[in-house]
Amino acid sequence: MKRAGFTTISLPVLLLLPQLVIIAVFFYWPTVVAIHSSFYLQDPFGFGSTFVGLENYADLLSSREYRKIAWFTVVFSGLVTFFSLAIALVLAVKADKVLRGAKTYRTLLMWVYAVAPPVAGFIAVIMFNQSWGPLTEFFGLFGHRFMVGVNFNDTAFSMVLASVWKQVPVNFIFFLSGLQSIPRSVREAALIDNRSASGRFWDVTFPLLAPTGFFLLIINITYSLFDTFGIVDTVVKGEPGNNPMTLVYKVYVDGFRGNDLGGSSAQSVILMVLVLALTIFQFRLIERRIHYT
Amino acid sequence: MPRITLSSVIASLALTTAATAETKIELWHAMGGALGETVNQIAENFNASQDEVQLTPVFKGSYEETLTAGIAAFRAGEQPHIMQVFDAGAATVIGAKGATVPVQDLLADNGVDFKIEDYISGVRYFFADSDGKMIGMPFNSSSPIMYYNVDALEAAGVTPPATWEEFQETTAPALANAGYIPLAQSHLPWIFTENFMSRHNLPFATNDNGYDGLETEILVNNDSIKAHFTALTEWQESGFFEWYGTGWGDNQTPFEEGKVAIWLGSSGSFGGLSKKDLGFDFSATYLPYWEAVTTEPKQTFIGGAALFAMSGKSDAENAATAKFFEYLTAPETQVFWHKETGYVPITEAAYELAAAEGYYQEQPAAEIGIKQLSLDAGENTRGYRMGFYVQIRDVMNREYGRILTGETSVEDAFSTIEEEANQLLARFAKTQG
Repeated sequence: MKRAGFTTISLPVLLLLPQLVIIAVFFYWPTVVAIHSSFYLQDPFGFGSTFVGLENYADLLSSREYRKIAWFTVVFSGLVTFFSLAIALVLAVKADKVLRGAKTYRTLLMWVYAVAPPVAGFIAVIMFNQSWGPLTEFFGLFGHRFMVGVNFNDTAFSMVLASVWKQVPVNFIFFLSGLQSIPRSVREAALIDNRSASGRFWDVTFPLLAPTGFFLLIINITYSLFDTFGIVDTVVKGEPGNNPMTLVYKVYVDGFRGNDLGGSSAQSVILMVLVLALTIFQFRLIERRIHYT
Repeated sequence: MPRITLSSVIASLALTTAATAETKIELWHAMGGALGETVNQIAENFNASQDEVQLTPVFKGSYEETLTAGIAAFRAGEQPHIMQVFDAGAATVIGAKGATVPVQDLLADNGVDFKIEDYISGVRYFFADSDGKMIGMPFNSSSPIMYYNVDALEAAGVTPPATWEEFQETTAPALANAGYIPLAQSHLPWIFTENFMSRHNLPFATNDNGYDGLETEILVNNDSIKAHFTALTEWQESGFFEWYGTGWGDNQTPFEEGKVAIWLGSSGSFGGLSKKDLGFDFSATYLPYWEAVTTEPKQTFIGGAALFAMSGKSDAENAATAKFFEYLTAPETQVFWHKETGYVPITEAAYELAAAEGYYQEQPAAEIGIKQLSLDAGENTRGYRMGFYVQIRDVMNREYGRILTGETSVEDAFSTIEEEANQLLARFAKTQG
């Protein structure tokens, strides 16, 4: 058998070059610059700067506020990921069984996918408007005066709600196609073995959906950590105040609003390390337990 | 079908050459909505008034976004000729020596008469250096004033309070009985901190409020302001005060809806309020003060923003910028800006012109901002200069929000603000090293 290959090294290098350049310019270079400026405190206009070593990191880690924001980010991401996946899974399982009007039904569920995060945030702002928001009035029926922008928990709730609402359709599409790729024969065999629908779901369907689920888990954690920025920004209306915020939003607040380049670079580096750790953890620990067919 | 004829080509060429003979300058600003249209109008009028300079205003988003965009552009060597920077960003832009051409030098070098005494007293020194040299040209200058619903106060049988004691004992109970929420405000750090200090002539920071050096410490943790915030929480409990969050508009809306009787906002809000159909008469007066703290209340600081001439431009471009500043400070331009927006006219001459036109007889509330800025000055009333002040305000907003939602005590909040603000100031000092 003859193996096709390149005779010289230069041609493959040349072909790879565009991709490598893109990675270097858009990923490695900014990373290096961020790490570098995290060791300095510099004048925003670039006139003066002082090398401060690890001081930016020490300031962050000793800050009560930063730890609070980190903790909120963990809780927020956990809630958004869990509810986005759970609701989408229920909808997908149910939609899978719909026979009449299935297409219309699915299209309607996927619609929200087209909404951009800031728009989703803006819709939340309108729904929760302090004086005439429909959802504010709904909570008012139960005697709770819902106040976005004033009450920490209310604001956090509206952020979670908007983020979940925005993400469910994506998960729904993936779960549905995952469900439809489970062979009919397997389902029929399961039907003979087990009469209970929920038993069949947990024993057969769920494990077979695991590869899709794992993929979605990673996508959703990343989404709730990073892509919810637009929602957070619109809900707090650009004024952090006493409102909840995520770590990514904090980078923006300090770096782009406050022009503290050193401090916000240190925050980005911390985030980078966290994401790296999370990815390693996911692939090492979780993926091992998943069987790909 | 339009046909391109030789004469039209020649005509358009002639137009282009005429345009290139003009010096083009750019102004980056943060004035959205109706304010932005007024800025565009001023630029149009300026361009029509002469044929040497062509000014293009560019809207860059919020104050913070405009400053960040300007900084990024400066670092790339693409800065605009003029940039609008707000009060909280003053230390950043003035601290960066070499980023701007001091407006006083710019005007003097280009043969424009400049006397700082021509400017009304409250606006002279906020954007100046420690020697009193004006660095940024005050543009949209405002001050926090007290707006009130005339109908509500009449219904309750009270007059606008001059002091917080009067508000607490007389005004608020009467308004609450008449079914109104007596008080709301739109910017706790600006109105109840910075201008609280100025109105009561209290020092806000060491080093002469930060003007005289970088090793500055904030003096916000004092008994007078803590007593004020304690009073706020008590008023909140007895239904005399309501806080609707950190957003400006969330606090202004209930006043516009007629639910809130007294609202503390910007003198620059006047233009917007008077253009709305509110369904009630409103007027304005000075910011109240605590008689327990002082019996001689002083003027307030200006808020809003100034225009800075960015460095690194040719002499011709600097001359063009100076020409625009000259046009902008002319009494007629200032009066136009003042009437359209409610921002104060920045020169005495403009103020006199507006008065001579009888504007304040028609609109007495429009004069409050400028009158308050022209009250007696004290040693602590010219302004403040603190680095990373945007973050310091964020810390204040956060802690004040926590006070007003019961998450923290007044005592703890102010010691947190003091601690975090001093850390930020120390960090800022290192950025200038």
